[in-house]
Amino acid sequence: MTETAAASAVRGSKLLTVLKGARPFGAGSGWVASTVFIALLVGAPVAFILAHVFVSSGDVWEHLAQTVLPLYVVNSVLLMLGVGVGVMVGGVGTAWLVTMCRFPGRGILEWALLLPMSMPAYVVAYTYTGLLDFAGPVQSAIREVFGWSSTRNYWFPEIRSLGGAIIVMSLVLYPYVYLLARSAFLEQSICVLEASRTLGRGPWKGFFKVALPLARPSIAAGTALALMETLNDFGTVHYFAVDTFTTGIYRTWLGLGEPTVAAQLGAVLLLFVLALVMIERVSRGVAKFHHTTTRYRHLPGYQLRGWRSLAAQTFSFTGVFLGFVLPASVLAWWSLRHSVVNLDFLPMARNSFLLALVAALAAVAVGVVMAYAQRLSPMPATRAAVRLASLGYAIPGSVIAVGTLVPLGMIDNALASFIFEHFGVTTGLLLTGSIAALVYAYLVRFLAVSFNGIEASLAKVTNSMEAASRTLGQGTFGTLRRVHIPLIRGSLLTAGLLVFVDVMKELPATLIMRPLNFDTLAVRTFTLASDERLMDAAAPALVIVLVGLLPVMMLSYAVARSRPGGKS
Amino acid sequence: MNKMFSKPQPALCGPGPHCALNPNGGCAADPLRMAPCPPGSSCLIMDQVSCAYGETRVVDNVSFAVRPGELLCLLGPSGCGKTTTLRMAAGLENPVEGRIILNGQVVGGGGVHVPPEKRSVGFLFQDYALFPHINVLANVAFGILDKTQAERRERAMEMLKQVGMENYAEAWPHQLSGGQMQRVALARALAPKPMLMLLDEPFSGLDKRLRDQIRDETLHVLKSSGVCVLMVTHDPEEAMFMADRIAIMRGGRIVQIGEPEELYRRPAASFVASFFGEVNRIPAKVKGGAVNSPFGAFPAPGFKDGDQVDLVIRPEALSLELGDHGIATVLVSHMLGRSNLIHMRVDSEQGAPIHLHARTTGPLPHIEGARVSIKLDRSQAYVFPAEDQSDPEPMPEEVQAPPPSLGSFC
Repeated sequence: MTETAAASAVRGSKLLTVLKGARPFGAGSGWVASTVFIALLVGAPVAFILAHVFVSSGDVWEHLAQTVLPLYVVNSVLLMLGVGVGVMVGGVGTAWLVTMCRFPGRGILEWALLLPMSMPAYVVAYTYTGLLDFAGPVQSAIREVFGWSSTRNYWFPEIRSLGGAIIVMSLVLYPYVYLLARSAFLEQSICVLEASRTLGRGPWKGFFKVALPLARPSIAAGTALALMETLNDFGTVHYFAVDTFTTGIYRTWLGLGEPTVAAQLGAVLLLFVLALVMIERVSRGVAKFHHTTTRYRHLPGYQLRGWRSLAAQTFSFTGVFLGFVLPASVLAWWSLRHSVVNLDFLPMARNSFLLALVAALAAVAVGVVMAYAQRLSPMPATRAAVRLASLGYAIPGSVIAVGTLVPLGMIDNALASFIFEHFGVTTGLLLTGSIAALVYAYLVRFLAVSFNGIEASLAKVTNSMEAASRTLGQGTFGTLRRVHIPLIRGSLLTAGLLVFVDVMKELPATLIMRPLNFDTLAVRTFTLASDERLMDAAAPALVIVLVGLLPVMMLSYAVARSRPGGKS
Repeated sequence: MNKMFSKPQPALCGPGPHCALNPNGGCAADPLRMAPCPPGSSCLIMDQVSCAYGETRVVDNVSFAVRPGELLCLLGPSGCGKTTTLRMAAGLENPVEGRIILNGQVVGGGGVHVPPEKRSVGFLFQDYALFPHINVLANVAFGILDKTQAERRERAMEMLKQVGMENYAEAWPHQLSGGQMQRVALARALAPKPMLMLLDEPFSGLDKRLRDQIRDETLHVLKSSGVCVLMVTHDPEEAMFMADRIAIMRGGRIVQIGEPEELYRRPAASFVASFFGEVNRIPAKVKGGAVNSPFGAFPAPGFKDGDQVDLVIRPEALSLELGDHGIATVLVSHMLGRSNLIHMRVDSEQGAPIHLHARTTGPLPHIEGARVSIKLDRSQAYVFPAEDQSDPEPMPEEVQAPPPSLGSFC
């Protein structure tokens, strides 16, 4: 027995523990092929957009570059900066207060701080406009009290502005940072903080010198996610007439009828997204490194009293109040007064539910196939395919819409002329403006949402359970059907619900891609608001918010259970 | 224990006990020897099988055959490749070289890969791998295919009866104790009537007392079902208890294969001798074709003069007698239950004193500090090439002689 052989066997055994069960045992190449196929399908719109960078669009691009493009860039950058600061201050501040401090109402705040997540930004934008514009109750009351009659007599901040958009989006997006920062604070060893205190730092200094740097990767990841949503937003900036890339793409597409230029705008937008994805990926990697223990230790907490306690309560409740309680109450009030009698939003609700249901089922089915294929054969090809396919969550809906519609239009035209030539039948456009195309776009955007949950829950099926099923005569498909799916049923439901809600809220892609005269709740809300019929928009908006509450409630429940000192 | 079962007939073909003659393992089975093999004479043949992850050969040119009704045990330290060998037999891993023949049919190697679900093997997992979402009965019935519902149920109940778990048919896996889970897993693996059972450290999850009982029951169930079994363990006692034959593995190779007694009595390598229990190891040099020791000269056939060797002596080969003219001084003695362990120092004229262990039975002699003479059963003393000191996995049971410090015993 040579030394090298024995040593290599030892190395082998270590490797084995890493690889054991993850080896392809007769994984049909069908699983790998289908994953690659899905990845290509999901990646196609992005690839198409990127390919358009090099297509000449003549004068239109030049014209845009000279006129509106700088404005898009400046507005998008300012919006991102403003929202970035807003969500960081709101998210980190509230996370620190509820995890490390003790004050009345903390227990409620812990989960209530998540509630604004159920609010689409555009809905909040509509409500605040209704409240704060010239005809709204606030300004009317001011005029009444002071006896003024027009804006010439007084100054009131304009909500429909870049600043207003920043505030509205910060209000609904800070929970992303709150969630990640909170878990980062929970995972920090109390010893580190106590060490900093014994070394002469007060609680404030400890926060800035120790806790904040340790949580930095999580905060960066949460902020990156919030900013992705900011870039994706269409409803708010459109309504507030803040020209950004999403409104630009929409206008170039529908107004100018210039798909190539719209795609090129999308490509520029993707540069921003790419930067955010990099930030998010890198910070997640670092965040994992800091994750030292899964057990939550009891956090001692600084007992706040007097004005400090009041300040903490005010700061934290402001987010919940302005981001959820106030707009939701206003919506409910308007709905009761104006649109309950008018039930014309019911067909749209049906459309929304059906679309969301189909998209959720598709996303779960495809997510299961991908997650299982990745588990069966974790080869570089599968892994790369899965990565590509799960990038969609970062791509703004408007970009996906353009990247889907343009190639679909080409296929449609080719198909139509082919059929006309060979069969003499005029078919029109078969795919463009079809429900199938819309579901496909949803799949591209939200596949990552279902996939991530499914992939994580597949860990419940141990490798030996899988091997047991295989040696007991079940093939890969039989094993998936009889072992994996029953075991991860709960996670499949959750994944489906998340996609369902996201589709309900989705606006830009739906707006661009929906079939003619096919309205969803989100589209209906948007068009009514655009027509300045805010009160009528309240009812469909309220339905979206109520459905959106479901996953937030689940999340809140999970958060409440992961309370410091609670069960690990 | 295994004496109560009829011993299987010697192999008609395939790599048999002749492997033992090759102490370096890697039993070079001649594929031509197997060609005339009548089908069914061995239920599993591993023919020069290798498995590698990247550059690392985890299993290196391993050959053996499991005969009908036989329980063959792969024994070795962790990382020796025994579990990978087992998984290759199940089809859960693919060999990079060699062939795997199951009941006369090539199922793996040479471009063939029959997936695990088509091999008719039963696998008993270390963690039992019961499906948590279905009850005990459904677990056992899981692998029974192509039968009616009623037949499946009947067969599953029959298996549960065999392992004494018929009262738990409706229970859920999480309600069972470790031993009960093991029984259900055994019933589940046997229910489809596999041609070959594969056991991966099946008792390591059980506590000591339960383990002996479950081990005994499992052996009875397996033997009465007549299935041939390939089992993996790192516990030599367990291997001797269960196996008809043992293949002892190290570094991805088979060092020796044979019946338990053969491995114990005639170890082919120092590693084999020490794996079955603590040994005394006295380093020496060959001089005139023999090794000199305090117990006289031992013939060292096959070694050249000047070769560094180890004289390996089992502690139970030493019997002690009090006497002032003895060559050893007793340092300390311990009662270990069934036996006593006596530590002794032998001052040899060649140099450093030698530390020896003797294992005796009977009442513990309190003879610390006394001089004793030692009688050696020479059939339990072996001469092997000197063990490489840089061995990455020294056996914990081994006594390194001379010991680093004698003070700790006094």
